[in-house]
Amino acid sequence: MKTLEELSAIRNRMKSKVALREDSNEIRIVVGMATCGIAAGARPVLAAFVEEIEKAGLVGTVSVSQTGCIGMCKSEPIVEVYKAGEEKVTYVKMTPEKAREVMEKHIKGGKHVVEYTVGTAYNYGGRNHDSYTCTDLWRYRLYLVG
Amino acid sequence: MKEISLNILDIVQNSIKAGASLIEVHISETDTTLCFSVKDNGCGMTEEFVKNVTDPFTTTRKTRKVGLGIPLLKMEAEMTGGSFSIESRSEKEYEDHGTVVTACFRKDSIDCIPLGDIVGTVCVLIHGIGDEDILFVHQTPKGTVRLFSAEMREMLGEDVPLGDPEIVAWVRDYLQEAYQSME
Repeated sequence: MKTLEELSAIRNRMKSKVALREDSNEIRIVVGMATCGIAAGARPVLAAFVEEIEKAGLVGTVSVSQTGCIGMCKSEPIVEVYKAGEEKVTYVKMTPEKAREVMEKHIKGGKHVVEYTVGTAYNYGGRNHDSYTCTDLWRYRLYLVG
Repeated sequence: MKEISLNILDIVQNSIKAGASLIEVHISETDTTLCFSVKDNGCGMTEEFVKNVTDPFTTTRKTRKVGLGIPLLKMEAEMTGGSFSIESRSEKEYEDHGTVVTACFRKDSIDCIPLGDIVGTVCVLIHGIGDEDILFVHQTPKGTVRLFSAEMREMLGEDVPLGDPEIVAWVRDYLQEAYQSME
């Protein structure tokens, strides 16, 4: 039977690790967790990122946080990836499977999974047209140019 | 929403936004009913706001003029023949301010959504926890599952943050085992 006392053991084990690791948090993953995100399935997406980061030993290098409504409710679950010195990448209509793929290819491999980004969704999924904000359209333009 | 546990996750976010330092999530089940309450000591709402809070066009969000969290929950509970209530005391008027949201579902109704992945909900709450504390209690006819973040903090000290992925993994195992042992 698991007990709270186990946390003490985890603490002792992690203390040295936490002290040693330099929390660079050079990659920040943000998941939209307002009503729209939660209803669309953000909970398992967030769980997948947290789980994969732990498995890959990337705690301290990659952080995951929760945020409110990002403003494109139709495209939820939405995940934003911030990497130091790079343009933010916005992934839309995420699933736990897609989250794992983003972990592998983007977070670990450094290559954007273009087909899940908001730019691509905008390009091929014209129906979502109206749900994008001006900043996202602008970002999409930059994305096309860059 | 497809699960009651998703509603719980959504309602707790309101308490966090209200700046609560303690949030109590209480689920109590009988064979035919499921009631849950989310109680916080956050900033509360004025009487005027509470009156309108089940209206989708009342919201605190800034990106949209529509807020569906509370109206959805009310609808889902009432569709089963259950009930919904919200009580709040604004910090502007009361010293012991805060909000209690209560929803009861009749499990024998065909319209009743399942509780769903409540362990997943608690994990996400612990992951996103800041300075506030969360008490989770789930009573069923078979037994009680309980987790209190303040007790976890006591064990972890200042060295390890509660939202650390390793701690979240522990919470998942801990709760899953607690539920299994009730079966």
